[in-house]
Amino acid sequence: MEILQSGEAELFQKPDVWAFRKWVHEHKDKTLREKLMTEQEAIAKFVSDGDYIGTELYGTVRAPMSLTREIIRQGKKHLRLAGQGIHEIDLLLAADLVDTIDITYIGWEVYGISNILRRAVESGRVKTADWSNGAITWRFKAAAMGVPFLPTFSMLGTDTLKYSAAKVVKCPFTGQPVVLLPALFLDVGLIHVHRADKYGNCQIEGISGFAFELARASKKLIVSAEEIIDTEEIRKYPEHTIIPYFLVDAVVHAPFGSHPGEMCYRYWRDEEHLKKFLEDSKDPEKTKAYLDKYVYGVKNHQEYLELIGEERLQKLKQMIGGR
Amino acid sequence: MVEYNETELLICIAARLMENKMIAFVGTGIPMLAAALAKKMHAPELVVAFEFGGFGASLEKLPLGVGDSRTFHKAFLASGICDAMETAQRGFIEYGFLGGAQIDMYGNLNTTVIGDYYRPKVRLPGSGGANDVGSHCWKTIAIMRQHDKKRFVKKLDFLTTPGYLTGPGAREKAGLPPDTGPYRVVSNLGLMGYHPESKRMMLLKTNPGVSIEQVLENTEFEMLVASQVGVNEPPTPEELRILREEVDPDRLYI
Repeated sequence: MEILQSGEAELFQKPDVWAFRKWVHEHKDKTLREKLMTEQEAIAKFVSDGDYIGTELYGTVRAPMSLTREIIRQGKKHLRLAGQGIHEIDLLLAADLVDTIDITYIGWEVYGISNILRRAVESGRVKTADWSNGAITWRFKAAAMGVPFLPTFSMLGTDTLKYSAAKVVKCPFTGQPVVLLPALFLDVGLIHVHRADKYGNCQIEGISGFAFELARASKKLIVSAEEIIDTEEIRKYPEHTIIPYFLVDAVVHAPFGSHPGEMCYRYWRDEEHLKKFLEDSKDPEKTKAYLDKYVYGVKNHQEYLELIGEERLQKLKQMIGGR
Repeated sequence: MVEYNETELLICIAARLMENKMIAFVGTGIPMLAAALAKKMHAPELVVAFEFGGFGASLEKLPLGVGDSRTFHKAFLASGICDAMETAQRGFIEYGFLGGAQIDMYGNLNTTVIGDYYRPKVRLPGSGGANDVGSHCWKTIAIMRQHDKKRFVKKLDFLTTPGYLTGPGAREKAGLPPDTGPYRVVSNLGLMGYHPESKRMMLLKTNPGVSIEQVLENTEFEMLVASQVGVNEPPTPEELRILREEVDPDRLYI
């Protein structure tokens, strides 16, 4: 196939399908065994320095925040990230644990840009490659399909393509230019769900974001769940299962696991907390103070929730409204 | 005449551009409010799509993010990013709304960096879904709240999202879907379109109290001017009432 253009960014993770196949063949056992553990155990066991990690969805919506805070407490270093994120990536960057990001969007939507991302990238501390949101997700999809790339028309003609690691080729069927997106295999995927059983069968309510793809693109997969339910319940509604147990390595019971973000139909996002964080994030010292108080200053997710306070959490539950 | 602020004006102008029985890809902010207003005025069957998978939300309560639960409240569909983007890629989505730190005369947008890519002066959030929206939607509408020379520039620091790229035929040559591209630009000074042949940005209407000269003076590139430049109608009392009482009663945005 004729290559018409190559993005100049470094490919932070090679799309090695055979290596992924071999790894899952050797490591993913299909026995129905209980995988319930704490955040501490899951992160200590399955996340290593230098890992390429991905989180789903993003820092104010169904995000694995309790797992993210634990990664920071354990100081896992030189992480490589796939970046569609807000609060969770801000925290990892603020703790200086990130070397590279395949970035699509890191910002605060209506509240503006991320001061922490600015400091990390403008100083040259963190290396980036840019992609579109569709492109990053299709990279997960390619990995989920077990193929080395997927074609798209996104990014054609732009600097987003130039500063990505995608390639433009001449389509062998139509002769037209088409972008090839390299599959993105994660060392560790982190997903927060509504319900899981003790084996790791997971069900999500509302939009599924890119949970389906990211779960299948991950060598190791840690899920946290608002609620642990009986396998009988899973078997009654298997059509609602988005992640089957054999993809999962650890199941963490984490009520309010997405706080200060929201969880659809369960609790609304903590605007007060997030606005204060955003204000603090303008100043490196205050950012550090935030981490000291809410991450390093608590032993685990339980202590974090106690710090937030029962009253606040109940209020967030009431604010979510019905269907 | 009823008093109104600039945000309200921009929302009304954007809302009037939306047609009934179409799908519009929107983000948070003005496009979302414009869509909510359009649904209550002239376009009740407008399907509002969000990139994380919400299609046809009621927008009874305004979302704070493109993935929050309000993006699929009483919706027809709550799927995921792949489905949303693939729906656009296979030609189902008529309108896409975009914004940016910079726009050029061909409607290309920058949301990635100001300055050099490797040592940027300002690192902006990045493409997000914007590049996908700009690549696949039939018509894109850019909302630019501040019309000035720093934002309407001759040359972008970084081309994040494709407009007409370098001019007529450039999108097709690059491989983007035929007959797609920028349609309108809504700014605090006026409403712009694109010249059908040259694909260059062209002033169509000024906002109330704004002169043609003011638009040209605040644009770094050479803006074309339509042979007959109209004036955007100010928000009607009905539009303002719906906007304030029904669309954003909590005044999250306006």
